Amino acid sequence: MGIISRGFGGRRRESVPGLPPGQYLTHDFPVLSAGPTPRIPLDRWRFTITTETGEKTSWNWTEFQALPAEDFTVDIHCVTKWSKLGTTWRGVSLDTLMENVESAADYSMVHSFGGYTTNVPMEDLLDGKAWVAYKFDGEDLDPEHGGPARLVVPHLYFWKSAKWVNGLQLMDEDEPGFWEAAGYHMYGDPWREQRYQGD
Amino acid sequence: MARTAVSGRLRWRVATLSEARWETSTARTLALDVPDWPGHLPGQHVDVRLTAEDGYSAQRSYSIASAWPHPDGKVELTVQRLDDGEVSPYLTDVVEPGEQVELRGPVGGWFVWRDKQPAPVLLIGGGSGVVPLMAMVRARATAGAKQPFRLIYSVRTPEDVLYADELHRRVRDDAGLDVHFVYTRKTPEGWSSPPKRIDVAALNTYGWPPDFQPDCYVCGPTTFVETAADILVALGHDPRRIRTERFGGTS
Repeated sequence: MGIISRGFGGRRRESVPGLPPGQYLTHDFPVLSAGPTPRIPLDRWRFTITTETGEKTSWNWTEFQALPAEDFTVDIHCVTKWSKLGTTWRGVSLDTLMENVESAADYSMVHSFGGYTTNVPMEDLLDGKAWVAYKFDGEDLDPEHGGPARLVVPHLYFWKSAKWVNGLQLMDEDEPGFWEAAGYHMYGDPWREQRYQGD
Repeated sequence: MARTAVSGRLRWRVATLSEARWETSTARTLALDVPDWPGHLPGQHVDVRLTAEDGYSAQRSYSIASAWPHPDGKVELTVQRLDDGEVSPYLTDVVEPGEQVELRGPVGGWFVWRDKQPAPVLLIGGGSGVVPLMAMVRARATAGAKQPFRLIYSVRTPEDVLYADELHRRVRDDAGLDVHFVYTRKTPEGWSSPPKRIDVAALNTYGWPPDFQPDCYVCGPTTFVETAADILVALGHDPRRIRTERFGGTS
């Protein structure tokens, strides 16, 4: 327990099941990103998986829309302390995307239009744990929330759920992405409060 | 995007409030004594943790307002009271000098300005989004840096301006610093235009032209940052030179 701040009572609005430690509940949808919102025309959109040997598998928007999609409802947790429960999305499971990709890599670097990157272990992307989503709440995903498509890895802090995603680079060894190189945690488990390096 | 190495584990430190001053009727600057503070770059933030007597605790992030080194060795935060907030009303209205909170940081290696960056700097702040930008203005003076700085500060009314006296003084004394205000609800007496939101004309007139390749920092509420960053891109600024920090939600 920390030192007591005299006179602080708190509002106890975070005594909600499903909230990881240090998080508070929000009902709106905050926007956090490092730069201007990229606007990506659908005819220029591509998603490419590059294996550790350099093999590429790629989908354009039309091909991507033809893949089997799933509706899913998940809780999301941002390292800046807000959590949003029961968010509903539609997207393609990483299991579907990886189905015909030959790889033994343990790690991936997620890449975005605009240059953002974040690293996620492969086991955290597979077995129904992650999606490339293009609808939120039944609507096309808004550009400020990462549209046309973003990664959603709900069990990790939300900076891992890269917006404006355009590909995965599969890697044999882990490497820090954008925020990880700036002092944030390499893995980012909200239940273990892995916010910053060394947590 | 450039990478910034930051190393070392961040631990919680006990910070003692040494002095507090009101900037406006709803924003208060807290000068904190933080033993063994490692120093920070302007634009970085800290996490503040409050703990109640029964062990309940809440954390929030606040931008650092001061530059480092600070003449009195303090770390200053400027906190805007949110009426439905859980932590900010405590920091603005309750905590008194001599009392303690916990603090962890500095955090963030992207929305920062380093005095070795040669480019001119364009700062665009909305409301309390000016706080980390003020840290950059102060750091420029502390370092004796000469890069030309322009601050465009969007604020509801003249009474809501943070650091009004200091900004006035710095524009007079800090060579190469310009400040332009955009008033969205009420203008000062004698102001030449009616209240308006930040727009292409303001950024075109008071910002740097894209040819100068300025480093741009935009901080404020989400819709403000979206608007300002979109205008900069439309005016021809390189998106890679535009760093943003957003707060608050969108519905």
